[in-house]
Amino acid sequence: MFQLLVTLLIYLLLVIPVGSYMYRILTDKPTFGSTFFDKVDGFIYSVCGVNPQQGMTWKQYAIALVVTNGVMLVLTYLVLRLQNLLCFNPNGIGSMEPTLSFNTVISFMTNTNLQHYSGESGLSYLSQMIVITFMMFVSAASGYAACAAFIRGISGYAKEHVGNFFKDLVAITTRMLIPFSIVGGLILIWQGVPQNLDSNFVVTTLEGTRQIIANGPVASLEIIKHLGTNGGGYLGANSSTPIENPTILTNLVEMYSMMLMPGACVIAFGKMVQEVRNRRQQNRSLREKEEGSWTAKFFGREGRSVFMAMGLLFLFSLGLCFWAESQGNPVLAEAGLSQSMGSMEGKEVRFGIAQSALFTTVTTSFTTGTVNNMHDTLTPLGGMVPLLNMMLNVIFGGKGVGLMNMLMYAILAVFICGLMIGRTPEYLGKKIEGREMKLTAICIIIHPLIILGFSALAIATEAGLAGITNEGFHGLSQVLYEYASSSANNGSGFEGLADNSYFWNITTGLAMFFGRFLSIVIQLAIVGSLMKKSFVNESVGTLQTHTASFAVIMVFVVYIFAALTFFPALALGPIAEHLVLWQ
Amino acid sequence: MSKHEKHQGINSEIISQALVSSFYKLDPRHMVKNPVMFVVEIGFLVTLLLSFFPDLFGESSTDLRIYNSIVAFILFVTVLFANFAEAVAEGRGKAQAASLKKTQKDTEAHLLDAEGNVKIIRSSELRKDDIVMVKAGEVIPGDGVVIEGVAAVDESAITGESAPVVRESGGDFCSVTGGTTVVSDWLKIRITSEPGNSFLDKMIALVESASHKKTPNEIALNTLLVSLTIIFLIVIVTLYPMAQYSGVTLSTSTLIALMVCLIPTTIGGLLSAIGIAGMDRVTQFNVIAMSGKAVEACGDVDTMILDKTGTITFGNRLAAEFLPVQGVLPKQLMRCASLTSFSDATPEGKSTLDLARRLGDTTVEPTGTTFYEFTAQTRMSGVDLSDGTAIRKGAADAIEQYVLTLGGRVPADLRELVERVSLLGGTPLVVCENEQILGVIYLKDTVKPGMKERFERLRAIGIKTIMCTGDNQLTAATIAEEAGVDGFVAECKPEDKISLIKKEQAEGKIVAMTGDGTNDAPALAQANVGLAMNSGTTAAKEAANMVDLDSDPTKILEVVEIGKQLLITRGSLTTFSIANDIAKYFAIIPAMFMVAIPQLSILNIMDLSTPYSAILSALIFNGLIIPGLIPLAMKGVEYKPMSSGKMLAKNMLIYGVGGVITPFIGIKLIDIVISPLLGTLGL
Repeated sequence: MFQLLVTLLIYLLLVIPVGSYMYRILTDKPTFGSTFFDKVDGFIYSVCGVNPQQGMTWKQYAIALVVTNGVMLVLTYLVLRLQNLLCFNPNGIGSMEPTLSFNTVISFMTNTNLQHYSGESGLSYLSQMIVITFMMFVSAASGYAACAAFIRGISGYAKEHVGNFFKDLVAITTRMLIPFSIVGGLILIWQGVPQNLDSNFVVTTLEGTRQIIANGPVASLEIIKHLGTNGGGYLGANSSTPIENPTILTNLVEMYSMMLMPGACVIAFGKMVQEVRNRRQQNRSLREKEEGSWTAKFFGREGRSVFMAMGLLFLFSLGLCFWAESQGNPVLAEAGLSQSMGSMEGKEVRFGIAQSALFTTVTTSFTTGTVNNMHDTLTPLGGMVPLLNMMLNVIFGGKGVGLMNMLMYAILAVFICGLMIGRTPEYLGKKIEGREMKLTAICIIIHPLIILGFSALAIATEAGLAGITNEGFHGLSQVLYEYASSSANNGSGFEGLADNSYFWNITTGLAMFFGRFLSIVIQLAIVGSLMKKSFVNESVGTLQTHTASFAVIMVFVVYIFAALTFFPALALGPIAEHLVLWQ
Repeated sequence: MSKHEKHQGINSEIISQALVSSFYKLDPRHMVKNPVMFVVEIGFLVTLLLSFFPDLFGESSTDLRIYNSIVAFILFVTVLFANFAEAVAEGRGKAQAASLKKTQKDTEAHLLDAEGNVKIIRSSELRKDDIVMVKAGEVIPGDGVVIEGVAAVDESAITGESAPVVRESGGDFCSVTGGTTVVSDWLKIRITSEPGNSFLDKMIALVESASHKKTPNEIALNTLLVSLTIIFLIVIVTLYPMAQYSGVTLSTSTLIALMVCLIPTTIGGLLSAIGIAGMDRVTQFNVIAMSGKAVEACGDVDTMILDKTGTITFGNRLAAEFLPVQGVLPKQLMRCASLTSFSDATPEGKSTLDLARRLGDTTVEPTGTTFYEFTAQTRMSGVDLSDGTAIRKGAADAIEQYVLTLGGRVPADLRELVERVSLLGGTPLVVCENEQILGVIYLKDTVKPGMKERFERLRAIGIKTIMCTGDNQLTAATIAEEAGVDGFVAECKPEDKISLIKKEQAEGKIVAMTGDGTNDAPALAQANVGLAMNSGTTAAKEAANMVDLDSDPTKILEVVEIGKQLLITRGSLTTFSIANDIAKYFAIIPAMFMVAIPQLSILNIMDLSTPYSAILSALIFNGLIIPGLIPLAMKGVEYKPMSSGKMLAKNMLIYGVGGVITPFIGIKLIDIVISPLLGTLGL
């Protein structure tokens, strides 16, 4: 318990400067080393022929994002199919099967990193670097770029253009992802994570059997895997292996690197809203009073309530997971195995219950999808936590998308609360009307439609059922988990699902694709529509969205809307499993 | 406040008509406009089919026939309840439209041609710009402007106000409405509307069509409700295979029951009733809103621009104090002031007399006096007594001039007195007896009682009030201070009002204003909420989006509160409806799976007796809550001005938390009642 608190406190200290840094990057303010980065970026722009000053409307921005990602999809698909013929393939890996390639490129382009292959046997080093590591940067940067455009629009920072996609893509990569990766990667290497282009070791174990120990450019992938909230492991067993995650320190570095940027997005949002507000604010005395609060200063008033709502959801998830895992497994206890340490099945002794529960909650809240323990072997309720986190898909979320999703719920909350105080609803000074509600509604429908729709399809068809390895409730949990993970672009697997089949490759590929691009385009359309509106006046009669009580309301709206949707499915999956286990 | 018969609430006639029309509304073409209830209707049709053919979807269980028919029946009643709510709300509007139509009977009109010859035609044949003559006892045949004559007009047919009002040519009281009756004298009227396009026609159309047009906010809320419905449809459709996989075969009726319970039927059923009732509440205040959008906009008003005269103050300047100059006794001043006022019928004169009487003046009206009325040229009034003494009262500079021409002098302290009165926002009336100036009567523009408290109320909900007046800066400031408005514009011309509105709107504010004169029309049109007085000109009424039939400018305050109340009611019932889902889940989910997965019975926290009873109880509760909430939907949620945070907390507590708890209790109670009944049916 104590280590959880300390870990989270350090996070709070780290996220504030990173958020401030991100805010300055997104608003073109000078930062540490910005003269150097300006030169680097300038060189890239001139090579690519991009004019960074060229503003884009939300439509142009969305098209730029989708087309750029689309081109990359095609190229990386070709690399996977032809990897046997290309260079950097010391282990002689063969060409990847078409549906698996389809699934894999979508998986990495959408920042999901659902892996239906196993890295050590399915990918050449070239594929690891060009397909996997490259996409880990680009997909994360694309997500953050979308978020940057979204924040500029919704805060009212931009009036017509939401920014330049290529500029955002480059700036986020050169100023955040690459420098952070270098620092984090060096720490990982120092702690013993391999980084080379050698072929695998073959060793003889103490028992005399031969074992292949994986090798290669692990650290560089490992750091961006977390920093970009990607989650696709170098190895099949992901961050539970000592090769990817050898020590408690690497475990912390990996966790922080997935938590920092999504949290920073919220702060950048808060600060940008604050800046726009200050610009508009005529009444000086009021402004001084507002700035008096240190939390408002660090997070921005509006960012603070969103951060708080996400934080509350996170703490609830973490608490439930930690508690459930600490209870152990009653069946094993009956068999005479002590459960005093909690349910240790599928967990690393290095990490124990606390760091495993924390990692599980973090990886599904921040939609990374990396794992340091086997989610399939979590206790039923403990396993429901990652499942629920992905179904909500709003708790910080990966690559800024969580913020965008959370603000969809903020719009819903504002809509209902605004009416309850007798005003037509407004958020951040803009009226929420029919068009925004329609788009928000579609956005909120997509996610359950994908998860529940595909899950129902899977368990109603032979092809789907063939993948399920566990009978009964747990089997349903596996299916739900797979699609929740795909649609939320998380990518963690419950595992235990025989998912490398045509059916699973194609359906999860579609789930990932629509889960990501439909949402992003619709969300950009919402800000496009909001940007056109002029600011409305704010008075004591206006709904206050920067307060703790609004944060609590947002939490309830998220639970009511999202959780009610999934409750019947959860009741038949993890809840039934739990009740049967503990009867 | 004048209220009359036709604006009264629900009577048995409205209810019986509503009952009939709730069956007519079952027509799918009508139902489809309300997607949430349309889904319920489809659910009803499917379960109805299943009552006759229980094996339609390949299920076979003998007792399902009864169960299906019970579900079908409950769904049927649920749809009827929703239709009934809408019909009742419409009923009140219809009753009003009917009574308005009665006044619209075709009357005779005395058409005057260019030569002044009278020709009798039907009122329906009147065209714009025709001139008609209306004598006492006749009904005014159409909307128009008085071009000649002064008459008392009974407008009770439109306003419900029984006291006749004076209509005369010129000024702001020249407009007349068709269907009203001249009770004394005669009027020559120029008709201003084409047939079928009169104010009354518009009112009838408005009252009748209130239910058909959705406001922007209703559309947005409807989107939310539809999306919830779609989400739950997805939940239900996908639940079937999931349950199948877990070894539970769910009957179609149960799935439909769960879906109907989850989709927001409560607010879906009441939404249009809330809107109609909101419009109706405005109408009960004798204000005709041209659209629901206007009422909705009222809830958002940030700034209210109010005329000083008539709205904030009585407009009549009343004597408040006698201020004699040095060397003059108060008694002498009062005596002379009284003498000038015996024949003075203006409010100023009357109140001077009243004040003098109160202060102990006993002067009696002398005989043989000559009275001089106030004119714009002399700017003074007064009497010449039989002995030749000339007593005058009037504007300071006019009296000064008058005294100087008579060879008198202006006392040194007069200017000071006059300034003091002006500073207090009053009007100084200087009194002189022949060439001697006696002192000043302090005429005060009295702020209507309770205005300060009302502005306080508005401030509490964040509405800024700005007073517009033609008075000078000093006077305006004093009245503004006394009334407690947030700002004022002195020496305000009509174009100043427009620029003020534009300035406020540029800051993103929603502006409301009242007005009556022709020169207010552009400002009324520019404002987001424009409330015109019925006594005002046609131009003003056309430009406004609301018309107050009682011509009481302070009503804008009530209308704003009604607008807020309308939105609050909508939001609260939406929250209530959604919050209800939690309890319904806890009733139905365990009931669905308890048999196959006994461990899930732990979720049956209400301890409902049987699965059938649980599902039906939830469904019955879901249906009954609609008529249960009709009174609230019609009356509106109680509204008291308070800060947004407090109001949100309060309504969240009542409708959010209350919405979670209520169904737990309700469903349990229904279960206790129906489970023995179901037992006898073998369920």
